[in-house]
Amino acid sequence: MKHLLAIDDLSADDIHRLLELTDHMVEINSRPIPKVPALRGKNVVSLFFEDSTRTRTSFDTAAKRLSADTMNFTVSSSSVSKGESLRDTIETIAAMGVDAFVVRHRSSGAPAMITRWTNASIINAGDGWHQHPTQALLDCYTIRTGLNRRDGFDGLHIAIVGDIRHSRVARSDVQAFAALGARVTLVAPPTLLPPSLQGWPVEVSHDLDSLLPDLDVLYLLRVQRERMDEALLPSLHEYSQLYGLTDARAARLAPHALVMHPGPMNRGVEMVADPGELPGSVILNQVTNGVAVRMAVLFWLLGSGSDLAEAS
Amino acid sequence: MRTVLTADDVRRALTRIAHEIVERNQGIEGLAVVGLQRGGVWMAKELAGLLSAIDPEHDVPLGSLDVSFHRDDVGLRPIVPASVTDIAGSLDGRTIVLVDDVLFTGRTVRAALEALNEYGRPSAVQLAVLVDRGHRELPIRPDFVGKNLPTSRDELVVATADGVTIQ
Amino acid sequence: MSRLVIRGGTVLDQTGERAGDVVIENGRIAAVGEKVDTLAADTVLDAKGCNVSPGFVDLHVHLREPGKEEAETIETGSRAAALGGFTAVVAMPNTDPAHDTVSVVDFVRAQGAKAGLCEVLPSGCITVGRAGTQLAPFAELAASGVHLFTDDGNGVQDPQLMRNALEYAGPLGIVLAQHCEVAALTKGAVMHEGACCSRLGLPGWPSIAEELMVMRDIELVRLTGVPMHFLHLSTARSVQMVRAAKAEGLRITAEATPHHFTLTDEQLNGYDPVFKVNPPLRTRADIDAIKAGLADGTIDAIATDHAPHAPHTKEVPLDEAPPGMLGLETALALAISELQMPLAKVVAALSWKPAAIAGVADRHGRPIAVGEPANLTVFDPNQQWTVVPAQLASKSRNTPYAGRPVRGKVRHTILNGVAVVVNGTATR
Repeated sequence: MKHLLAIDDLSADDIHRLLELTDHMVEINSRPIPKVPALRGKNVVSLFFEDSTRTRTSFDTAAKRLSADTMNFTVSSSSVSKGESLRDTIETIAAMGVDAFVVRHRSSGAPAMITRWTNASIINAGDGWHQHPTQALLDCYTIRTGLNRRDGFDGLHIAIVGDIRHSRVARSDVQAFAALGARVTLVAPPTLLPPSLQGWPVEVSHDLDSLLPDLDVLYLLRVQRERMDEALLPSLHEYSQLYGLTDARAARLAPHALVMHPGPMNRGVEMVADPGELPGSVILNQVTNGVAVRMAVLFWLLGSGSDLAEAS
Repeated sequence: MRTVLTADDVRRALTRIAHEIVERNQGIEGLAVVGLQRGGVWMAKELAGLLSAIDPEHDVPLGSLDVSFHRDDVGLRPIVPASVTDIAGSLDGRTIVLVDDVLFTGRTVRAALEALNEYGRPSAVQLAVLVDRGHRELPIRPDFVGKNLPTSRDELVVATADGVTIQ
Repeated sequence: MSRLVIRGGTVLDQTGERAGDVVIENGRIAAVGEKVDTLAADTVLDAKGCNVSPGFVDLHVHLREPGKEEAETIETGSRAAALGGFTAVVAMPNTDPAHDTVSVVDFVRAQGAKAGLCEVLPSGCITVGRAGTQLAPFAELAASGVHLFTDDGNGVQDPQLMRNALEYAGPLGIVLAQHCEVAALTKGAVMHEGACCSRLGLPGWPSIAEELMVMRDIELVRLTGVPMHFLHLSTARSVQMVRAAKAEGLRITAEATPHHFTLTDEQLNGYDPVFKVNPPLRTRADIDAIKAGLADGTIDAIATDHAPHAPHTKEVPLDEAPPGMLGLETALALAISELQMPLAKVVAALSWKPAAIAGVADRHGRPIAVGEPANLTVFDPNQQWTVVPAQLASKSRNTPYAGRPVRGKVRHTILNGVAVVVNGTATR
């Protein structure tokens, strides 16, 4: 494997292997000196065309823990509009010697385009509405450890609630959870679902309350204020009435059920209850697991020789 | 395939090594046994048991170490890490007995020495191997050896509690 | 004057098919027959294995000049047209400045004449600046020779304005052509709205955005009695509505592009902007409907919507890339390779039918007979070739068919009796 652009580039086996590798990375992170030399001499460059301090530093930390060298570019839209095309930007930076680009871009498909202009490995850190594969992997890892399901997610019922239509996290999670055998239900008003769910391994519900007791995982997505301006929702208030996680709803969850959110949270919209008070919340674990998962991905692409294994 | 050590030979060798360790370190206090994955894990467990039998007063902490991320051939061949490293507590001031089944080029042991540094600063590291098959590529030498076994490079040496074979 | 003989081909025009040589003198056809004496010929063009047909007319071409000459000029676009077998093209008005004044239109026509590779017929805008608010000077532009009017690139959104435009256009004998797209339904759209865009995470261009305007304009034609032409139809339902409207006798014509009968939205799986186009590539069902529409005459003409874009403009993420694909040099091959239609019907859709819609049936798409103007295409319907972007005459390279093996190639093109393309190469 040379790139990680989308979850559906990975087989279920690949996902399992990455999650097992993550266990190693968690252990490395617990050492007094949490650093191994595996990617020494490798250059990992973050190219964030959309800023996200949290994801960017997560990747940066991951690369450094594997002893890679890192460079971080946050490319504001103004410098690109100065006339330098995406291609020129990539080729200029790649000329400095890059082993992997970690790319976040507001346009779906931008990381895929970039693979044509450089020999470096490309890791998609979020492209438009399309995919956010490392988020899905860390979500899987969080569920795996939170529910002690090392063998897969057969029999688990996971609900993803919120703005599915515009969510790269949702697209990646649906594919990852289904690949591991979970039953996935999407919960959203019709205007926040994609135009077509043909081929999606999901069920759809508009009644969150009836689902709650049956869920093993409740995954909340952020709902943005812009959706109101686009006439997709009458108001965020109405959204939170129908789909927000209130204390009453939280009480109806099974005792073992996990509550998850990719962050950042819109308090009072999709998350009405206080997540700190929710016993099933693993939201902070998601963040912690992010570094280990990204270490696993970086090692797999740049150090594990997996591309050699495929060639032979 | 030929058998060079039987299960009984292995047992005897390990017992002797255990006594040598106790003698060299004047007891087992302050020791920790760490088996290298994969081959050294079963042997480390045996040795830890034998050491405890010799000196029931003291406990010998047992751990296992995966050195995949410290190898010097990262990126040159497929690497699939084995079980997750399990080392409890700091290694500061302890004498580590590093255990592996077969000592060959020495590169795995070099990687292990580097990895151990991430857990603290041992006061000493001693190396116990069941079989030394020669062909060292680095200046690494074992402290305790079960059997010296001259081999050619392309032979495969397999060592388990049930015996040692060459093919 | 010089004598040009096209020898050994099979003549194919609206009267039928027959083997025969064609002699051209003084810009007109001097003889058509079995065996022609070639001793006195100045130029002999070999047409063995080829068809000799009336020259093709493309109702929908973006020549980019004035304003975007880095993508194409009238000269390079004319050369691409000639190589594609076109003796006349209708130049779309979304240039900078737009075709809403006589001076711009005259400039475009003159540039085409100067290049001398095909006849460039400038279209006019429906609204000033294509802004959709004020009518363009139809009569003035018509007096200077413009026949087709469109705001192509945009549809006319205001129904009142469209009604006024049709009513005003009535006595002028001109044709209004619509790019059917209800803009409010396609904000930010990048590709067809369906399963593919949902998976790829891209905003979709729903079929209904085209169909609602087709529906509206059919009713406006019914109300005003003034004819209209629909540009680049792309959905099955659009074809269905036009079929029903024609059956009622409404004066409506329609065109479709080769990419809309060849490529589906699945092409965008790799996010390659070369496949981004407006209206977008749609589904297999839509392709089948367009093919059926061409076969039964619901869709009158094949028009390429040739839309060159400088390479660097297509090397950006999909949502930032401009829509449009090249089409002039591949139209014939795709029509032959993809449409399961008799060759005569293919040629009709490329030649005399669009000539009539463009208002140039007096000199293009004419039957091949003595005295007719010599605007002819000689093509080998069986020649296999592969599309190589670098070998195209267009200044741009955005063809979606790179590497595709196709069948059917233009060998010679005759414009007003002059061979502008000989053996697949332009002569100027």
